[in-house]
Parts: sequence; structure tokens; C-alpha cells
Amino acid sequence: MTDIALRGVDGLKVDYLALVRRRRMYSGLLLVLFVALLAGGFGLADSRNAGGFWGGLTQIFDFPVELMREAIDKGAALPANLWRYLPAMIETINIAAVSTLLGAVLAVFLSLLSTRGLARWPRLMPLFRRVMDTMRAIPEIVIALVLIFVLGGGPVPAMIAIAFHTAGALGKLFSEVNENADLKPIEGLSSVGASWFQRIWLGVLPQVMPNYLSYALLRFEINVRASAILGFVGAGGIGAELRVAISWGTGRYDAAAAIFLLLFLTIVAIDQLSSHVRNRLVGGH
Amino acid sequence: MLKILKVTRRFGKKIAVDGVDIEIGDGQMVGIIGRSGAGKSTLLRMINRLIDPTEGAISYADREVSALRGAALRAWQRDCAMIFQQFNLVPRLDVVSNVLHGVLNRRSTLSTVFSLYPTEDIHTAIDILDRLGIADHAAKRVEALSGGQQQRVAIARALMQDPKVILADEPIASLDPMNAQIVMDTLRRIHDEDGRMIVCNLHTLDTARRYCDRVVGMRDGAIVFDGVPDELTTSVARQIYGAGESFSEASTSTSIEVLEPIREPVREPAYAV
Repeated sequence: MTDIALRGVDGLKVDYLALVRRRRMYSGLLLVLFVALLAGGFGLADSRNAGGFWGGLTQIFDFPVELMREAIDKGAALPANLWRYLPAMIETINIAAVSTLLGAVLAVFLSLLSTRGLARWPRLMPLFRRVMDTMRAIPEIVIALVLIFVLGGGPVPAMIAIAFHTAGALGKLFSEVNENADLKPIEGLSSVGASWFQRIWLGVLPQVMPNYLSYALLRFEINVRASAILGFVGAGGIGAELRVAISWGTGRYDAAAAIFLLLFLTIVAIDQLSSHVRNRLVGGH
Repeated sequence: MLKILKVTRRFGKKIAVDGVDIEIGDGQMVGIIGRSGAGKSTLLRMINRLIDPTEGAISYADREVSALRGAALRAWQRDCAMIFQQFNLVPRLDVVSNVLHGVLNRRSTLSTVFSLYPTEDIHTAIDILDRLGIADHAAKRVEALSGGQQQRVAIARALMQDPKVILADEPIASLDPMNAQIVMDTLRRIHDEDGRMIVCNLHTLDTARRYCDRVVGMRDGAIVFDGVPDELTTSVARQIYGAGESFSEASTSTSIEVLEPIREPVREPAYAV
């Protein structure tokens, strides 16, 4: 009450309005800066562009239209094509699933070791964080290329590359989930004399499991796409087929369309599965 | 005049509010008492239209508010402020911003999204905070305040709405006795000075008796008592709470003065060695 006694409520009003004005000025400045950067950056990027943005704008849809036209012309071949590429799709899904699983398990440990308040060795937290940063920083395609060179082509290098990246990416997301976990149950378990592993297993995991699961399933989706891309560089699966089908002028756009359709259906299936499983887990009956 | 006509609310097979029929005159301060699950909260939430009645009608000043939709419904919610047990403020925003939320219905969405409130609104908000004795905390984040202070911010938000009716759903259930008294004194003062209608869910008898002009008792979704505080005898209270002979008012009281020494607590069998 001392402040009021000295300056009265009018003083408070003046102070608060000054605060409001300052906040508005900062937001305004940020907005101007943002627009200026966007406009400036666009100009630079456009000047370096080989073709030019405005000239190319009208041709953006040329390739998809050609692809669609050819695919529709050969529409009768679609079921046969879907059947033909299904094994390759399954191989890609397998790569994605195994790498997501391995990556997620590693991510759980890394995240628990690098979350404030939960870490087993609080002093080593920065180390585990840097490990995860490194895992995220190296593009999976680089790891895959190196491994393909060493181990030869095939699904195993792709799996290792994706799992490595997944561990880093999920570890970061999981540790953010952990930070939002309620510490009261853990305190409760400490009070009965539980060990670190018991506290984590019985106090933290039940809270964070639904979020872990939905992040892991989102990552599974991303990994399906990543493993398809790695197929382009010799890791097998649907990517290898897509590379052949989508090359210009080979007249195999019907096959490319079938592969896109398979990828789309896979993502839809994972999304449906994800929300179904998550609802079951959160509902918890 | 707030009229509640044969209002029923079902959740699946469960009946939360069962044919409630009651009229509340302008400027009354009414306390609704009853044990947990008696339907007190559901009734208030239906008046504010956070949930809709399954059957029956609610009307204010001869306008059926239970039939309103869209903008008209939001205008009613502006006129009928609600105060919650857990305050329901935005913890990361400062106190004045939370109070300014009271004018959201009157101002355009675009200007409020960018926090561009008129200066006179900000002045009004700080005046209200000053009236409730918390103007000192104007620029602090709400999460930095104590429970009692947060509840007064919530009351300030309600006053910012300039409402005709104030509904309070267990406003003191999460507060310690000292803060509970400050919050109830504040509500009573608003009632006495502004003449606004206040309907307040309470779970302690002595609070209802001390602050309200009229007490309504609910049990299993129906009204079982409606009268002045003096008519609220111990036997009536036992009936409202469905309690036996062991029921003692002092054991549930949160007031500082009324406490008489409570008799030796009966031990749970498992611990009575």
C-alpha cells in the first residue's frame, strides 16, 4: 500500500499507461522490421534465382498438370500399379517403423537425462543436450550416404540414419513434455523412498505417455517420407521406384501417380491410427 | 428479476438439476448451499449459459435468456458475470489485462486481439482494482499473486463487465479463512454499494448465514429449502446435507471467530490400534 499512499491511484494509472505505450511501440517496431525483412529478403532471393519468380510463376503447375493428365489417360492401369508398388511401400514403412521405434527408445532415455528436475546426473544435462543437438544437426541423407558407401545399398543404412536423427528430434520434444509433467507425484514417490528409476517409471511415464505416443506417431509419419527420400540415394523401398517413375520423358507418370497415392494413403492411415490410439490411452478405461 | 422455470439438466442418465423453480428479485444477495454434487454449479453455469438446460427456461427482465444464440447470447453473458472457484484468469497476463477482459464483448475483436484498449477502459480497470484494494499489483502477472488476490482480480473482471447479475461459484472454496473473509466482504460491499444481484454458491453454512439475505438449499438437484438465514436451523441443515446426528456446523466452518472447540476426533478404524 506504500506506493498508493505516496503517489495515489493516478500515479499508478500514469505508470501503467506508460508501460502500455512502451509495449505497443515494441510490437509496432517488430511488425515493421518483420515486413521490411520479408520484402528485402524476397528481393534478394528473386534476383539470385536463375529463372526469376514472376516469370516462373505461371509455369508452376505445368509439371503436375502433365503428370495428372498422363495418369488419367492411363487410369485403367492404376490398380495394377498400386499392387505392383505395394511391396516397395511396405519396405519403406518397415524402415520408418523400425527407425522410429529405435529412435524413440533412445529419445526417452536422452530426454529424461536432460530434463531439469528429473535428470539422474544434473551436471551431465548439458552433455546429453549437446548429444541430441548433434543428432538433429546432421542431415539424415548425409549419414545415409556415408553408411551406404561403407555398408552397401539397402534398407539397413537408411534405418540407422533415420533412427539417429529421430532420437535427437524426439529427445528434444520428449524433454519438453517432461518439463510440463507435474512434479507432485514424483515428490510423493520420493517420500516413500523410491529410487530414480522407480520414480521415473511409476511417476513420470504414466503422465507423459500419451504425449510421447502422439509425438512418436507424428515422427513415424515424417520418417515414412524420409525413408522414401532415402530411396532416391539407393536405400531401396518406394523412393527407388519413385526416382525411376518420375524422371522426365520416360512416360511412366501413371506409376508416379500410383506411388503418390500409396504415400498419401499411408499417411492417412497413420494419422487415423494415431488419434485412435491416443484417445484410448487418454481415456484410460 | 431472474426467473428460473422448471429447469432440468441431464448428463447422460444422471440428473444434475431436477425441475428447479425459483425467482430472484433485483438487488438480492442469495446464497445457494448444498453438498458437492447437489447441482449448485450446474445451476449457475446454466444461468450464465456455459451449459444449456435440457428442459425448462431461464429468463431475465422478461427476456428468455435460455433461448439466446450468437451475439445476443454473448451480450447476456456480459450482463451476467461469473466468478469461479479456481479464479479462471489467464495466469501469464498482467492484472490489468485480465481485468480488461471484462470489456471484450463491447470492443471489436481486432482491437482486443492486439491489446489496443481505449485509455478510459484502462483507467476504469485501475479504479476498480483500487476499489478492491489491489491496485498496487496492477502491472504484475496474475500467476505471481496469492489466491485471495487472484479472486479479487476475478471480481474486478466481473465488475469491469458492469453486469446486472453476478454469479459466484464457490468463490472462497480454495481460499484460507482470512482471504475467504476478504473476498466475501468484497462481494457484500459490491452488493450494498452498487445494488447488483448476487447469486453465490457456498458450501459453508455460516458464510451463507452471515452474508446473504436469502438462502436456498439444494439436494440431489432439487431445491429443498428457501428462506431467510434465521430459518436455517441445524435440523434444516441436516436435511439439506443429508447428514445424521453427528453433523456439526463448527466442523465445516471456515470462519475465524465461530470455531468452538471440536470434540475429540473419531479415529478411523484402521489407525485406531
